[in-house]
Amino acid sequence: MALSIQHLLGLEGVSKEDIILILDTADGFYSILQRAIKQVPTLRGKTVVNLFYETSTRTRLSFELAEKRLSANPIGFTAQQSSVKKGENLRDTIRNIEAMKIDMVVVRHSSPGVPLFLTQVTDAVIVNAGDGSHEHPTQALLDMMTIRQKLGRLAGLKVAIVGDILHSRVARSNAWGMSAMGMDVTLCGPPTMLPQHPEGLPVKTTDNIDQAIQGADVVMLLRLQLERQGAGLFPSIREYRERYGLDLDKVAKLKPDVVIMHPGPINRGIELASNVADGPRSVILDQVTNGVAVRMAVLYLLGGGVEE
Amino acid sequence: MKKLELLMDAQGIDLTLNRMAHQVLENNRRLDNVGIVGMQTRGVYLARRLAEKINQMAGLHLIAGILDVTFYRDDYRQVFKQPKVQVTDIPFDINGQDVILVDDVLYTGRTVRAALDAIMDFGRPKTIQLAVLIDRGHRELPIRADYVGREVKTAVNQEVDLYVKEKDGEDALWLLQTE
Repeated sequence: MALSIQHLLGLEGVSKEDIILILDTADGFYSILQRAIKQVPTLRGKTVVNLFYETSTRTRLSFELAEKRLSANPIGFTAQQSSVKKGENLRDTIRNIEAMKIDMVVVRHSSPGVPLFLTQVTDAVIVNAGDGSHEHPTQALLDMMTIRQKLGRLAGLKVAIVGDILHSRVARSNAWGMSAMGMDVTLCGPPTMLPQHPEGLPVKTTDNIDQAIQGADVVMLLRLQLERQGAGLFPSIREYRERYGLDLDKVAKLKPDVVIMHPGPINRGIELASNVADGPRSVILDQVTNGVAVRMAVLYLLGGGVEE
Repeated sequence: MKKLELLMDAQGIDLTLNRMAHQVLENNRRLDNVGIVGMQTRGVYLARRLAEKINQMAGLHLIAGILDVTFYRDDYRQVFKQPKVQVTDIPFDINGQDVILVDDVLYTGRTVRAALDAIMDFGRPKTIQLAVLIDRGHRELPIRADYVGREVKTAVNQEVDLYVKEKDGEDALWLLQTE
Protein backbone atom coordinates (compact mmCIF):
# COMPACT_ATOMS: atom_id res chain seq x y z
CA MET A 1 0.00 0.00 0.00
CA ALA A 2 1.41 3.37 -0.91
CA LEU A 3 0.23 6.93 -1.22
CA SER A 4 -0.49 8.32 -4.66
CA ILE A 5 1.25 11.57 -3.70
CA GLN A 6 5.00 12.05 -3.47
CA HIS A 7 5.02 15.04 -1.12
CA LEU A 8 2.51 16.39 1.37
CA LEU A 9 2.01 20.01 0.34
CA GLY A 10 -1.61 20.33 1.46
CA LEU A 11 -4.89 18.45 1.54
CA GLU A 12 -6.43 20.23 -1.46
CA GLY A 13 -6.85 17.57 -4.11
CA VAL A 14 -5.74 14.69 -1.86
CA SER A 15 -7.97 11.67 -2.34
CA LYS A 16 -10.13 10.01 0.30
CA GLU A 17 -8.14 6.79 -0.17
CA ASP A 18 -4.85 8.52 0.60
CA ILE A 19 -6.34 10.16 3.69
CA ILE A 20 -7.71 6.83 4.93
CA LEU A 21 -4.33 5.15 4.37
CA ILE A 22 -2.60 7.84 6.42
CA LEU A 23 -5.18 7.62 9.24
CA ASP A 24 -5.08 3.81 9.35
CA THR A 25 -1.28 3.83 9.41
CA ALA A 26 -1.39 6.48 12.15
CA ASP A 27 -3.55 4.13 14.24
CA GLY A 28 -0.75 1.57 13.94
CA PHE A 29 1.83 4.09 15.09
CA TYR A 30 -0.47 5.22 17.92
CA SER A 31 -0.17 1.75 19.43
CA ILE A 32 3.64 1.96 19.21
CA LEU A 33 3.42 5.11 21.33
CA GLN A 34 1.76 3.11 24.11
CA ARG A 35 4.71 0.74 24.48
CA ALA A 36 7.75 0.98 26.70
CA ILE A 37 10.04 1.29 23.68
CA LYS A 38 8.31 3.86 21.48
CA GLN A 39 10.53 3.32 18.50
CA VAL A 40 10.60 1.31 15.32
CA PRO A 41 13.51 0.96 12.87
CA THR A 42 11.49 1.93 9.80
CA LEU A 43 13.26 5.10 8.64
CA ARG A 44 16.67 4.11 9.90
CA GLY A 45 19.40 5.95 8.06
CA LYS A 46 17.08 8.57 6.58
CA THR A 47 18.00 12.21 7.26
CA VAL A 48 15.15 14.66 7.75
CA VAL A 49 15.66 18.43 7.89
CA ASN A 50 13.16 20.39 9.98
CA LEU A 51 13.31 23.70 8.14
CA PHE A 52 11.43 26.10 10.40
CA TYR A 53 11.35 29.72 9.33
CA GLU A 54 8.49 30.41 11.78
CA THR A 55 8.31 29.69 15.49
CA SER A 56 6.45 26.63 16.73
CA THR A 57 6.19 24.47 19.83
CA ARG A 58 3.80 21.68 19.06
CA THR A 59 4.46 21.13 15.37
CA ARG A 60 8.21 21.28 15.64
CA LEU A 61 8.58 19.00 18.66
CA SER A 62 5.94 16.68 17.27
CA PHE A 63 7.80 16.23 13.97
CA GLU A 64 11.12 15.80 15.75
CA LEU A 65 9.70 13.12 18.04
CA ALA A 66 8.03 11.40 15.09
CA GLU A 67 11.34 11.34 13.22
CA LYS A 68 13.29 9.99 16.20
CA ARG A 69 10.68 7.34 16.90
CA LEU A 70 11.03 6.15 13.32
CA SER A 71 14.80 5.91 13.94
CA ALA A 72 15.47 8.62 11.36
CA ASN A 73 18.10 11.33 11.85
CA PRO A 74 16.41 14.71 12.29
CA ILE A 75 18.33 17.94 12.04
CA GLY A 76 16.82 21.28 12.95
CA PHE A 77 17.12 24.59 11.22
CA THR A 78 15.96 27.78 12.90
CA ALA A 79 16.00 30.74 10.57
CA GLN A 80 16.74 33.25 13.33
CA GLN A 81 19.98 31.46 14.15
CA SER A 82 21.20 30.86 10.62
CA SER A 83 22.78 32.58 7.67
CA VAL A 84 19.34 33.74 6.68
CA LYS A 85 20.22 36.67 8.90
CA LYS A 86 23.16 37.36 6.59
CA GLY A 87 20.76 37.52 3.69
CA GLU A 88 20.99 33.97 2.28
CA ASN A 89 17.90 33.25 0.23
CA LEU A 90 15.62 30.20 0.43
CA ARG A 91 16.85 28.49 -2.72
CA ASP A 92 20.51 28.73 -1.69
CA THR A 93 19.66 27.60 1.82
CA ILE A 94 17.90 24.46 0.69
CA ARG A 95 20.44 23.64 -2.06
CA ASN A 96 23.28 23.90 0.45
CA ILE A 97 21.48 21.70 2.95
CA GLU A 98 20.64 19.21 0.22
CA ALA A 99 24.32 19.02 -0.67
CA MET A 100 24.82 17.41 2.74
CA LYS A 101 22.78 14.47 1.42
CA ILE A 102 19.39 14.65 3.05
CA ASP A 103 16.23 12.71 2.24
CA MET A 104 13.25 14.68 3.49
CA VAL A 105 12.40 18.25 4.40
CA VAL A 106 9.67 19.32 6.82
CA VAL A 107 9.13 23.02 6.22
CA ARG A 108 7.24 25.79 7.99
CA HIS A 109 7.36 29.25 6.42
CA SER A 110 5.30 32.43 6.51
CA SER A 111 5.00 32.58 2.71
CA PRO A 112 2.35 30.42 1.07
CA GLY A 113 3.69 28.23 -1.69
CA VAL A 114 7.14 27.66 -0.19
CA PRO A 115 6.69 23.87 0.02
CA LEU A 116 5.73 23.74 -3.66
CA PHE A 117 8.73 25.90 -4.52
CA LEU A 118 11.00 23.49 -2.64
CA THR A 119 9.75 20.54 -4.72
CA GLN A 120 11.01 22.42 -7.76
CA VAL A 121 14.49 23.17 -6.46
CA THR A 122 15.35 19.97 -4.58
CA ASP A 123 14.90 16.20 -4.97
CA ALA A 124 14.04 15.68 -1.32
CA VAL A 125 10.57 14.64 -0.19
CA ILE A 126 8.76 17.75 1.09
CA VAL A 127 6.26 17.85 3.96
CA ASN A 128 4.40 21.10 4.63
CA ALA A 129 4.33 22.03 8.34
CA GLY A 130 2.43 25.25 7.64
CA ASP A 131 2.92 27.79 4.86
CA GLY A 132 1.49 31.20 5.67
CA SER A 133 -2.31 31.08 5.70
CA HIS A 134 -2.37 28.46 2.98
CA GLU A 135 -2.29 24.93 4.43
CA HIS A 136 -1.24 22.87 7.47
CA PRO A 137 -2.06 19.37 6.28
CA THR A 138 -0.70 17.34 9.21
CA GLN A 139 -2.83 19.38 11.61
CA ALA A 140 -5.99 18.56 9.67
CA LEU A 141 -4.97 14.91 9.51
CA LEU A 142 -4.47 14.70 13.25
CA ASP A 143 -7.78 16.49 13.74
CA MET A 144 -9.54 13.88 11.61
CA MET A 145 -7.73 11.05 13.39
CA THR A 146 -8.92 12.42 16.74
CA ILE A 147 -12.52 12.74 15.55
CA ARG A 148 -12.49 9.22 14.14
CA GLN A 149 -11.06 7.92 17.43
CA LYS A 150 -13.74 9.63 19.52
CA LEU A 151 -16.80 9.24 17.30
CA GLY A 152 -15.90 6.09 15.36
CA ARG A 153 -16.44 7.57 11.91
CA LEU A 154 -16.00 10.70 9.75
CA ALA A 155 -18.52 10.76 6.88
CA GLY A 156 -21.71 12.65 7.64
CA LEU A 157 -20.47 14.29 10.82
CA LYS A 158 -21.27 17.97 11.28
CA VAL A 159 -18.23 20.13 12.05
CA ALA A 160 -18.10 23.80 13.00
CA ILE A 161 -14.75 25.61 12.82
CA VAL A 162 -14.91 28.93 14.65
CA GLY A 163 -12.49 31.84 14.65
CA ASP A 164 -10.22 33.84 12.41
CA ILE A 165 -10.93 31.77 9.31
CA LEU A 166 -9.40 34.32 6.97
CA HIS A 167 -5.90 33.88 8.32
CA SER A 168 -6.15 30.21 9.22
CA ARG A 169 -4.22 27.48 7.42
CA VAL A 170 -5.75 24.99 9.86
CA ALA A 171 -9.25 25.95 8.68
CA ARG A 172 -8.25 25.60 5.04
CA SER A 173 -6.60 22.20 5.37
CA ASN A 174 -9.54 20.91 7.40
CA ALA A 175 -11.98 22.30 4.84
CA TRP A 176 -10.27 20.32 2.06
CA GLY A 177 -9.59 17.16 4.05
CA MET A 178 -12.93 16.91 5.80
CA SER A 179 -14.84 17.54 2.56
CA ALA A 180 -12.91 14.75 0.88
CA MET A 181 -14.05 12.47 3.71
CA GLY A 182 -17.72 13.44 3.27
CA MET A 183 -18.01 15.57 6.39
CA ASP A 184 -20.38 18.55 6.66
CA VAL A 185 -18.17 21.54 7.49
CA THR A 186 -19.17 25.08 8.41
CA LEU A 187 -16.60 27.83 8.85
CA CYS A 188 -17.72 30.55 11.23
CA GLY A 189 -16.27 33.83 12.39
CA PRO A 190 -16.86 37.58 12.46
CA PRO A 191 -17.60 38.92 8.96
CA THR A 192 -14.20 40.65 8.94
CA MET A 193 -12.52 37.29 9.41
CA LEU A 194 -14.29 35.23 6.77
CA PRO A 195 -12.83 34.74 3.28
CA GLN A 196 -14.00 37.20 0.65
CA HIS A 197 -14.59 34.43 -1.89
CA PRO A 198 -15.71 31.38 0.06
CA GLU A 199 -16.93 29.65 -3.09
CA GLY A 200 -13.32 28.59 -3.61
CA LEU A 201 -13.65 26.22 -0.65
CA PRO A 202 -16.00 23.22 -0.65
CA VAL A 203 -17.67 24.27 2.63
CA LYS A 204 -20.30 26.64 4.07
CA THR A 205 -19.36 29.88 5.77
CA THR A 206 -21.42 31.99 8.18
CA ASP A 207 -20.96 34.68 10.79
CA ASN A 208 -23.80 33.29 12.89
CA ILE A 209 -22.24 31.15 15.59
CA ASP A 210 -25.48 29.77 17.00
CA GLN A 211 -26.42 28.47 13.58
CA ALA A 212 -22.95 27.08 12.98
CA ILE A 213 -22.66 25.11 16.22
CA GLN A 214 -26.27 23.94 16.50
CA GLY A 215 -26.36 20.16 16.21
CA ALA A 216 -22.61 20.00 15.59
CA ASP A 217 -20.77 16.78 16.35
CA VAL A 218 -17.46 18.63 16.47
CA VAL A 219 -16.66 22.23 17.38
CA MET A 220 -13.13 23.39 16.62
CA LEU A 221 -11.90 26.73 17.94
CA LEU A 222 -9.12 28.70 16.31
CA ARG A 223 -6.73 30.96 18.14
CA LEU A 224 -7.62 34.63 18.03
CA GLN A 225 -4.43 36.29 16.94
CA LEU A 226 -4.44 39.11 19.49
CA GLU A 227 -1.80 41.01 17.52
CA ARG A 228 -4.49 41.67 14.94
CA GLN A 229 -6.55 43.75 17.34
CA GLY A 230 -4.86 46.91 16.14
CA ALA A 231 -5.95 46.12 12.57
CA GLY A 232 -9.59 46.75 13.40
CA LEU A 233 -10.86 43.26 12.60
CA PHE A 234 -12.87 43.08 15.82
CA PRO A 235 -14.03 45.87 18.14
CA SER A 236 -12.60 44.40 21.33
CA ILE A 237 -11.44 41.10 22.75
CA ARG A 238 -14.39 41.16 25.13
CA GLU A 239 -16.88 41.44 22.31
CA TYR A 240 -15.17 38.67 20.35
CA ARG A 241 -15.28 36.43 23.38
CA GLU A 242 -18.94 37.08 24.08
CA ARG A 243 -20.06 36.44 20.53
CA TYR A 244 -17.64 33.82 19.23
CA GLY A 245 -15.92 32.41 22.30
CA LEU A 246 -16.98 28.98 23.52
CA ASP A 247 -18.06 28.94 27.15
CA LEU A 248 -20.20 26.64 29.26
CA ASP A 249 -23.41 28.50 28.31
CA LYS A 250 -22.84 27.80 24.63
CA VAL A 251 -21.68 24.24 25.34
CA ALA A 252 -24.97 23.60 27.19
CA LYS A 253 -26.83 24.01 23.88
CA LEU A 254 -24.66 21.44 22.10
CA LYS A 255 -25.00 17.66 21.74
CA PRO A 256 -24.01 15.84 24.94
CA ASP A 257 -21.24 13.91 23.18
CA VAL A 258 -19.91 16.84 21.18
CA VAL A 259 -16.14 16.86 20.61
CA ILE A 260 -14.36 20.16 21.32
CA MET A 261 -11.01 20.81 19.61
CA HIS A 262 -8.31 23.47 19.30
CA PRO A 263 -5.01 23.33 17.42
CA GLY A 264 -3.22 25.26 20.16
CA PRO A 265 -1.89 27.44 21.62
CA ILE A 266 -5.09 28.41 23.43
CA ASN A 267 -5.93 31.94 24.54
CA ARG A 268 -7.69 30.81 27.70
CA GLY A 269 -10.76 32.87 28.43
CA ILE A 270 -10.95 34.31 24.93
CA GLU A 271 -11.87 31.90 22.16
CA LEU A 272 -12.23 29.09 24.68
CA ALA A 273 -13.15 29.25 28.36
CA SER A 274 -10.75 27.43 30.68
CA ASN A 275 -13.45 25.24 32.15
CA VAL A 276 -14.37 24.08 28.63
CA ALA A 277 -10.77 23.61 27.50
CA ASP A 278 -10.13 21.43 30.55
CA GLY A 279 -13.61 19.91 30.55
CA PRO A 280 -14.78 16.38 29.67
CA ARG A 281 -15.70 17.15 26.05
CA SER A 282 -12.34 18.63 25.19
CA VAL A 283 -9.90 16.42 23.23
CA ILE A 284 -7.16 19.01 22.88
CA LEU A 285 -4.43 16.93 24.49
CA ASP A 286 -5.51 13.86 22.49
CA GLN A 287 -4.93 15.97 19.39
CA VAL A 288 -1.35 16.52 20.49
CA THR A 289 -0.73 12.81 21.12
CA ASN A 290 -2.29 11.90 17.80
CA GLY A 291 -0.11 14.53 16.13
CA VAL A 292 2.99 12.44 16.70
CA ALA A 293 1.30 9.30 15.37
CA VAL A 294 -0.01 11.10 12.25
CA ARG A 295 3.38 12.62 11.53
CA MET A 296 5.04 9.23 11.91
CA ALA A 297 2.53 7.85 9.43
CA VAL A 298 3.13 10.66 6.91
CA LEU A 299 6.92 10.37 7.13
CA TYR A 300 6.78 6.59 6.90
CA LEU A 301 4.47 6.53 3.87
CA LEU A 302 6.35 9.26 2.00
CA GLY A 303 9.86 8.45 3.15
CA GLY A 304 10.06 4.78 2.40
CA GLY A 305 11.92 5.29 -0.89
CA VAL A 306 11.28 3.76 -4.28
CA GLU A 307 14.23 1.36 -4.33
CA GLU A 308 13.03 -1.86 -5.90
CA MET B 1 -1.39 -18.61 -9.65
CA LYS B 2 -2.02 -22.31 -10.18
CA LYS B 3 -2.79 -24.84 -7.46
CA LEU B 4 -0.26 -27.67 -7.63
CA GLU B 5 -0.81 -29.85 -4.57
CA LEU B 6 -2.98 -29.97 -1.48
CA LEU B 7 -0.33 -30.33 1.19
CA MET B 8 -2.76 -30.69 4.11
CA ASP B 9 -6.51 -30.93 4.32
CA ALA B 10 -8.59 -29.79 7.29
CA GLN B 11 -8.11 -33.01 9.22
CA GLY B 12 -4.39 -33.04 8.49
CA ILE B 13 -4.02 -29.51 9.83
CA ASP B 14 -5.92 -30.38 12.97
CA LEU B 15 -3.89 -33.54 13.66
CA THR B 16 -0.64 -31.67 13.06
CA LEU B 17 -1.65 -28.89 15.45
CA ASN B 18 -2.52 -31.54 18.06
CA ARG B 19 0.95 -33.02 17.76
CA MET B 20 2.60 -29.59 17.91
CA ALA B 21 0.60 -28.66 21.02
CA HIS B 22 1.87 -31.84 22.69
CA GLN B 23 5.42 -30.95 21.69
CA VAL B 24 5.09 -27.48 23.20
CA LEU B 25 3.81 -28.99 26.45
CA GLU B 26 6.61 -31.55 26.49
CA ASN B 27 9.25 -28.88 25.98
CA ASN B 28 7.97 -26.32 28.47
CA ARG B 29 7.62 -27.76 31.94
CA ARG B 30 6.70 -24.40 33.49
CA LEU B 31 3.42 -23.89 31.74
CA ASP B 32 2.44 -20.86 33.77
CA ASN B 33 5.29 -19.06 32.05
CA VAL B 34 4.26 -19.67 28.45
CA GLY B 35 2.93 -16.92 26.19
CA ILE B 36 1.65 -17.56 22.68
CA VAL B 37 1.92 -14.90 19.96
CA GLY B 38 0.56 -15.32 16.44
CA MET B 39 1.98 -13.39 13.50
CA GLN B 40 -0.37 -11.40 11.28
CA THR B 41 -2.25 -12.56 9.43
CA ARG B 42 -2.72 -16.31 9.31
CA GLY B 43 -0.34 -17.08 12.15
CA VAL B 44 -2.93 -15.48 14.41
CA TYR B 45 -5.57 -18.12 13.59
CA LEU B 46 -3.05 -20.92 14.13
CA ALA B 47 -1.90 -19.37 17.40
CA ARG B 48 -5.47 -19.25 18.69
CA ARG B 49 -6.07 -22.90 17.81
CA LEU B 50 -2.76 -23.93 19.35
CA ALA B 51 -3.59 -22.02 22.52
CA GLU B 52 -7.02 -23.66 22.69
CA LYS B 53 -5.50 -27.14 22.33
CA ILE B 54 -2.84 -26.46 24.95
CA ASN B 55 -5.51 -25.10 27.29
CA GLN B 56 -7.59 -28.24 26.82
CA MET B 57 -4.66 -30.58 27.34
CA ALA B 58 -3.17 -28.85 30.37
CA GLY B 59 -6.09 -27.07 31.97
CA LEU B 60 -4.73 -23.60 31.29
CA HIS B 61 -6.29 -20.31 30.13
CA LEU B 62 -3.72 -18.95 27.70
CA ILE B 63 -4.80 -16.18 25.32
CA ALA B 64 -2.90 -15.82 22.07
CA GLY B 65 -1.39 -12.41 21.44
CA ILE B 66 -1.24 -10.82 17.97
CA LEU B 67 1.90 -9.38 16.40
CA ASP B 68 2.15 -7.20 13.28
CA VAL B 69 5.74 -6.70 12.08
CA THR B 70 5.19 -4.23 9.23
CA PHE B 71 7.34 -1.55 10.86
CA TYR B 72 10.22 -3.95 11.54
CA ARG B 73 10.57 -5.42 8.07
CA ASP B 74 13.91 -5.09 6.31
CA ASP B 75 12.29 -4.23 2.98
CA TYR B 76 10.62 -1.10 4.35
CA ARG B 77 12.34 1.00 1.72
CA GLN B 78 10.27 -0.71 -0.93
CA VAL B 79 7.14 1.02 0.23
CA PHE B 80 5.05 -0.11 -2.70
CA LYS B 81 5.34 -3.67 -1.48
CA GLN B 82 4.18 -2.85 2.04
CA PRO B 83 1.16 -4.66 3.39
CA LYS B 84 -1.22 -2.49 5.34
CA VAL B 85 -0.25 -2.21 8.98
CA GLN B 86 -2.54 -4.23 11.26
CA VAL B 87 -3.26 -4.59 14.94
CA THR B 88 -0.63 -5.67 17.46
CA ASP B 89 -2.08 -6.80 20.78
CA ILE B 90 -0.04 -8.75 23.28
CA PRO B 91 -2.19 -8.98 26.40
CA PHE B 92 0.49 -10.28 28.73
CA ASP B 93 3.85 -9.11 30.05
CA ILE B 94 6.68 -10.40 27.82
CA ASN B 95 9.35 -10.10 30.50
CA GLY B 96 10.62 -13.47 31.70
CA GLN B 97 8.13 -15.36 29.53
CA ASP B 98 8.70 -18.33 27.25
CA VAL B 99 7.19 -16.83 24.10
CA ILE B 100 5.93 -19.22 21.45
CA LEU B 101 5.83 -17.37 18.11
CA VAL B 102 3.42 -18.96 15.68
CA ASP B 103 3.34 -18.55 11.92
CA ASP B 104 1.95 -20.53 9.00
CA VAL B 105 5.00 -20.75 6.71
CA LEU B 106 8.73 -20.41 7.38
CA TYR B 107 10.58 -19.41 4.21
CA THR B 108 13.49 -16.94 4.05
CA GLY B 109 13.33 -16.24 7.77
CA ARG B 110 13.15 -12.46 7.35
CA THR B 111 9.67 -12.13 8.81
CA VAL B 112 10.74 -14.09 11.88
CA ARG B 113 13.82 -11.86 12.23
CA ALA B 114 11.47 -8.85 12.20
CA ALA B 115 9.25 -10.55 14.79
CA LEU B 116 12.25 -11.16 17.08
CA ASP B 117 13.08 -7.43 16.95
CA ALA B 118 9.48 -6.49 17.61
CA ILE B 119 9.17 -8.85 20.58
CA MET B 120 12.40 -7.50 22.09
CA ASP B 121 10.93 -4.00 22.01
CA PHE B 122 8.17 -5.19 24.31
CA GLY B 123 10.56 -6.48 26.95
CA ARG B 124 13.00 -9.27 27.69
CA PRO B 125 11.50 -12.74 27.22
CA LYS B 126 13.14 -15.76 28.85
CA THR B 127 13.03 -17.68 25.58
CA ILE B 128 11.47 -17.23 22.16
CA GLN B 129 10.43 -20.48 20.46
CA LEU B 130 9.12 -20.71 16.92
CA ALA B 131 6.23 -22.90 15.80
CA VAL B 132 5.39 -23.12 12.08
CA LEU B 133 2.97 -25.29 10.18
CA ILE B 134 5.25 -25.57 7.14
CA ASP B 135 9.00 -25.15 6.71
CA ARG B 136 9.51 -24.68 2.98
CA GLY B 137 13.28 -24.23 3.00
CA HIS B 138 15.30 -21.46 1.24
CA ARG B 139 16.44 -19.75 4.41
CA GLU B 140 18.35 -16.48 3.85
CA LEU B 141 19.15 -15.92 7.53
CA PRO B 142 20.27 -18.32 10.27
CA ILE B 143 16.75 -18.89 11.63
CA ARG B 144 15.14 -22.23 12.51
CA ALA B 145 11.82 -23.40 13.94
CA ASP B 146 11.49 -25.34 17.21
CA TYR B 147 8.18 -26.95 16.27
CA VAL B 148 7.51 -27.84 12.63
CA GLY B 149 4.26 -29.24 11.28
CA ARG B 150 5.79 -30.52 8.09
CA GLU B 151 8.86 -29.89 5.94
CA VAL B 152 8.16 -29.40 2.24
CA LYS B 153 10.70 -28.97 -0.56
CA THR B 154 9.61 -26.07 -2.74
CA ALA B 155 10.96 -24.10 -5.66
CA VAL B 156 11.45 -20.34 -5.56
CA ASN B 157 8.68 -19.77 -8.11
CA GLN B 158 6.20 -21.55 -5.87
CA GLU B 159 4.17 -20.37 -2.92
CA VAL B 160 2.61 -22.09 0.08
CA ASP B 161 -0.74 -20.67 1.15
CA LEU B 162 -2.81 -21.53 4.20
CA TYR B 163 -6.57 -21.10 3.98
CA VAL B 164 -8.44 -20.93 7.27
CA LYS B 165 -12.11 -21.53 8.02
CA GLU B 166 -12.45 -18.20 9.82
CA LYS B 167 -11.32 -16.14 6.85
CA ASP B 168 -11.54 -18.30 3.72
CA GLY B 169 -14.37 -20.68 4.59
CA GLU B 170 -12.25 -23.84 4.71
CA ASP B 171 -9.03 -25.21 6.22
CA ALA B 172 -6.50 -26.19 3.58
CA LEU B 173 -2.79 -25.86 2.89
CA TRP B 174 -1.93 -25.50 -0.78
CA LEU B 175 1.27 -25.48 -2.83
CA LEU B 176 0.91 -23.01 -5.70
CA GLN B 177 2.84 -22.07 -8.82
CA THR B 178 3.41 -18.32 -9.14
CA GLU B 179 3.38 -17.12 -12.75
